[in-house]
Amino acid sequence: MSAAKNNKELQVAAIENGTVIDHIPSNQLFKVASLLELDKMEGNTITIANNLPSKKCGFKGMIKISDKFFNDDEISRIALVAPNVILNIIRNYEVVEKKRVALPDEIIGLVKCNNPKCITNNEPMPTRFEVIDKEAGTIKCHYCERKINKDDIIIK
Amino acid sequence: MKSKSLVSIDQCSKEDILRILDNAAKFEENPNRRLLEGKVAATLFFEPSTRTRLSFETAVNRLGGRVIGFQDASTTSSSKGETLKDTILMVSNYADLIIMRHYLEGAARYASEVTQIPIINAGDGANQHPSQTMLDLYSIRKTQGKLENLTITMVGDLKYGRTVHSLIVGMSHFNPTFHFVAPDELRMPDEQKNFCDKHGLKYYEHTDFTEDIINQSDILYMTRVQRERFTDLEEYERVKNVYILKNAMLANSKDNLRILHPLPRVNEIAYDVDDNPKAYYIQQARNGLFARQAIICEVLGISID
Repeated sequence: MSAAKNNKELQVAAIENGTVIDHIPSNQLFKVASLLELDKMEGNTITIANNLPSKKCGFKGMIKISDKFFNDDEISRIALVAPNVILNIIRNYEVVEKKRVALPDEIIGLVKCNNPKCITNNEPMPTRFEVIDKEAGTIKCHYCERKINKDDIIIK
Repeated sequence: MKSKSLVSIDQCSKEDILRILDNAAKFEENPNRRLLEGKVAATLFFEPSTRTRLSFETAVNRLGGRVIGFQDASTTSSSKGETLKDTILMVSNYADLIIMRHYLEGAARYASEVTQIPIINAGDGANQHPSQTMLDLYSIRKTQGKLENLTITMVGDLKYGRTVHSLIVGMSHFNPTFHFVAPDELRMPDEQKNFCDKHGLKYYEHTDFTEDIINQSDILYMTRVQRERFTDLEEYERVKNVYILKNAMLANSKDNLRILHPLPRVNEIAYDVDDNPKAYYIQQARNGLFARQAIICEVLGISID
């Protein structure tokens, strides 16, 4: 591949310090942005790209956030909707660490139970789900015991 | 048990189940034991269930305890919008134990998390009803003399029937063989079949309710096929008479076969079966008293001599 073509494809500027979230499924990009509360973030430069060609998954989304490093709690939130995402930690223009997101064992207060007759939908209380299959992304309500597949998960 | 509350049968180990059944047998010998002297049990029935409530209240009374409570949430402050948490905490100020039935699923588990006193789940929507499972297990052991290596045939609504789902979990410690007999629309869900696979339990599925299956069985567990469960009413009309047990079908059944049903029954067991000595559903309900006495003592940590 020629250097000229490479430059043409470089559509997003590199960042000095911060986090690049890569391999976000295109249809989940804005959900990921919302889960990370990027809309409330002030002062950080944020670049969002979508429908980039990807060898792995057809089209992908990517988010670059300057001077922001997420903690594990924040990261585990996005695992629900985009389990194969990779976080590149950038310091001084170099990728110093690549993190894969992983589902936690338990998800509290983040997901709405799909069962209208579940106590969590009728009482002011946080929801609680056990992750019963990390590969498939299946979760189970701690209260009504309803199982929810990844595609049916509703983020609160 | 993992908790001092009884919310779901899957929190009970094999040892827990056997201990509770042994204690239930002691209560069958003598149900009147003043083990709850000076104690108050609250029966909170946010949804009416006369049979279950009378059984629990009889259990408390025969143990010498006192009962407070309500049988219909429309007369309580929950109808004014009080949260379940507040109701539970308020009653916890007065009682030593809460026995609750609720139309919402997960209500009993949540209640057990907000209060320090034990909760017994007397049914939470379509979810769990562990005292029913315990009395089913008691009835099976009493009529068969054992729980191990039995062939149990479940008939009717296996999709929505929480009693059959819980019975699978309760029996899973005892190497059962299951036959699941149901119309296609109401067949045993994958979740329960996966549970059987995971625990190495043998099961066979049938859509026809035949004498051949009955003749292999030690226990015939009948359930009600309800019209409102069908999306296709033509299908209901087609199957409604297929899953009815008639006395003639028992002609070549095993001597030790017993017929169980969580009740109420409508037409799924013909009335001519009632006089057959293999019919056990009425005595089964009576066993509920002893099982519930044992459960109450279990959650309160009361030992029985």
